[in-house]
Amino acid sequence: MAEYVLELKGITKTFPGVKALDNVYFKLRPGEIHALMGENGAGKSTFIKVITGVHAPDEGEIYLNGEKVEFKSPNDAKKAGIAAIYQHVTCYPDLSVTENIFMGHEKVSKLTKRILWNDMHAEAERLLRELGATFSPKTQMGALSVAEQQIVEIAKALSMDAKIIIMDEPTAALSRNESEELYRIAERLRDRGASIIFISHRFEDMYRLASMVTVFRDSKYIGTWRVDEISNPDLIVAMVGREITQLFPKKEAKIGEELLRVEGLGRTGYFADVSFSLRRGEILGLTGLVGAGRTEVCQALFGVTGYDKGKIYFKGREWKVKSPLEAMKRGIGYLPEDRQKQGLVLQWSIGRNITLPSLEKYARRGLLRTASEAQTAKHLAEKVSVKAGSIFDLVSSLSGGNQQKVVFAKLLTADLDVLILDEPTKGVDVGAKSAIYEIISELACSGYGIIMVSSEMPEIIGMCDRVAVMREGRITAMLDRKDITQEAILQASMAGEPAPAEIR
Amino acid sequence: MKQKMFADAALAVGTGQGAATKTTISAKFAKFRELGLLAVIVLICIGVQIRNPSFLTWENINDIAANTAILSILSVGMMLVIITRGIDLSIGATLALSGMIAALTVKAHPGLHPLAALLLGFAVGLACGIVIGFLVAKVGILPIIATLGMMNVFRGLTYEASGGKWVSAHQMPDSFKQIATGSLLGINNLIVIAVVIYAVAYYFVSHTRTGRQVYAVGSNPESAEISGIKTKRILWLVYTIMGGLTGLAGVLWVSKFASAQGDTASGYELSVIAACVLGGVSIAGGSGKISGIILGAVLLGILNNALPMINVSPFWQNWIQGMIILAAVVFNALVKRGIDRNNLMRRKI
Repeated sequence: MAEYVLELKGITKTFPGVKALDNVYFKLRPGEIHALMGENGAGKSTFIKVITGVHAPDEGEIYLNGEKVEFKSPNDAKKAGIAAIYQHVTCYPDLSVTENIFMGHEKVSKLTKRILWNDMHAEAERLLRELGATFSPKTQMGALSVAEQQIVEIAKALSMDAKIIIMDEPTAALSRNESEELYRIAERLRDRGASIIFISHRFEDMYRLASMVTVFRDSKYIGTWRVDEISNPDLIVAMVGREITQLFPKKEAKIGEELLRVEGLGRTGYFADVSFSLRRGEILGLTGLVGAGRTEVCQALFGVTGYDKGKIYFKGREWKVKSPLEAMKRGIGYLPEDRQKQGLVLQWSIGRNITLPSLEKYARRGLLRTASEAQTAKHLAEKVSVKAGSIFDLVSSLSGGNQQKVVFAKLLTADLDVLILDEPTKGVDVGAKSAIYEIISELACSGYGIIMVSSEMPEIIGMCDRVAVMREGRITAMLDRKDITQEAILQASMAGEPAPAEIR
Repeated sequence: MKQKMFADAALAVGTGQGAATKTTISAKFAKFRELGLLAVIVLICIGVQIRNPSFLTWENINDIAANTAILSILSVGMMLVIITRGIDLSIGATLALSGMIAALTVKAHPGLHPLAALLLGFAVGLACGIVIGFLVAKVGILPIIATLGMMNVFRGLTYEASGGKWVSAHQMPDSFKQIATGSLLGINNLIVIAVVIYAVAYYFVSHTRTGRQVYAVGSNPESAEISGIKTKRILWLVYTIMGGLTGLAGVLWVSKFASAQGDTASGYELSVIAACVLGGVSIAGGSGKISGIILGAVLLGILNNALPMINVSPFWQNWIQGMIILAAVVFNALVKRGIDRNNLMRRKI
């Protein structure tokens, strides 16, 4: 038997415009639980998809038990005994548990190709019992909790007799007791001889389970260590390890009175116990891993989705946000994450986009006064320095950075006090980024209170007066400007300590 | 306090009690749905019977069944299409085209065996379905657009083939008309054909791998792709089946009404979609049962037959049908929302 069941050498995968994996290595021993860690966008997901045959690598080689293999389709990897447990993607909510387990490798009679339901139900029942679950295999998948669905996914891997099982953030949506259950199952699988690749954002998972850990950062391979040989701080350095070289044009703004206060805000299933306040002239960062609930909180503040617990005070008065229109009237503006879908009408000119939210200002008896509309648009476009021939150019002809400036100009037409910026520099090139930072800083100085949601640590550290770090729907740390470091943010968003998540 | 309960429910995974209770609730909803539909049908029958005693006679029941047969045959195909998150608006036109071609053929060759006419219609429909399946699965055109376009193409071809004229009763040989009027063991041929198709369809969707893959593709297309199901092939297949069944239905239709016209079955696709929706097929894809669409088609058939029998004006008939469909959709949405809400509460945040 070869020393490694799975070995990947020099894997590179490029998507249009992005290098998702850059010369990555990975080695997996038989009967080993191997943790794979890294920040958002470190390339972990692409890496799994290469192993499971969903993406073919552009360069590099994959060895299975010492033999070189090439997976042309997910079926090839499945036949080779590799099973992946993704968090949500693979389940069929409308079908029964049995079908979810056996989809793609149903038991059929040899002669008539008829599906052998009884055999499948019995086998599913056996697998579920083995994993300690007691729900019936005839249950509809959509009716199960996330933890139960995960058990079904594991049963699926077992039913395929998988030798290599990849678990992609299996504990992200589980409570502590559920996680504990999952650890036990993982250990049992290991003892049966399976090898497990365990991807997680929790240090706790890694220390509890894994014997080896591999770290990716910015699509690159950083290193592999024995878990008992690397200290927590070293691991964090390996994961963030970049120097912050970019300069941020942050000016000191005058911090004024409190504009917004949120107390114990919660939405069942999405976030809970979110409390913070925002003052005039302040930039409050909201960060955390993807899926931590940042966007959901912002959408609740802006009235896009509801909240069912907690209170929002706006300028000292309690106020229930009901719709985005009402939020705008009160003075809250929202810059959506996806500017092309939610922020702009691409086929329209710059001017029309800018004045869209405030058309009533230029209307008289239902007719638009185009002259004053154009004047305002021109003024605002200049204020945020959109680079274009004229305000009649189509927005679709602009670069990402300039499009974002148009969205900012749009926000400025209304009479706002609070701006919520969701990933304001996403997909914007470096030069345009610093222009946007300048705009944000400018806005804070002129008296706006700003909430900036971002996954990019440098900009959070460079721009924010305070940072709220979220994890699993809760705020786990509130850092003041002097305490904001990459390490502190990462520590809070991944937390080695068990989450205080048990709900009392 | 409430939260504590949810946390407990989540903890109960290990012991399984949480799972057991939740399961039965959603299972009950699902069962309740079909029983509810059956109850509505029974209530309508009883009500109409009191007003008009000739409603529940053997003859009238046979009549209703024969009239519902074509609708229910088409519902099978439509269900498969809708399960994959698609829709087929072209079937009225496909039905007219295949019926017209079969009628023109028997007009020119009166000696043709009726089975050959059936096969011919089936083949024409199959060809139409293959074209649509190609557009949807391989070219990637949205089903609603692809079938809207092909609807006009097929309708145009029907007029072209017939030169705008009808093929009427006296131009068709008796053997051809007997396809729909004849009977086997005292049961109308249409009903026999529909029952056979239902039996085959039931076996297909619940006992073959391909049948189950249709559901998988509709329930979660991305994950179907990841688990190695050839989603494009499945899509192509369902539109082809839809086309074949429509071709068959076209011949039956022309034989039953003894007339083939350019505007045959114009707008009929909407009745078929309505039968599916009534039968609990989710437009969002992934779910739908054979038993459900039988009930849906039967309910529509009974309404068509019963409302005139108790002298409801034709205007109100449409109104009533519309309200019943709306009620079914609202009911579905409420059940789904309830289940979703339950599931969300079981998350721990």
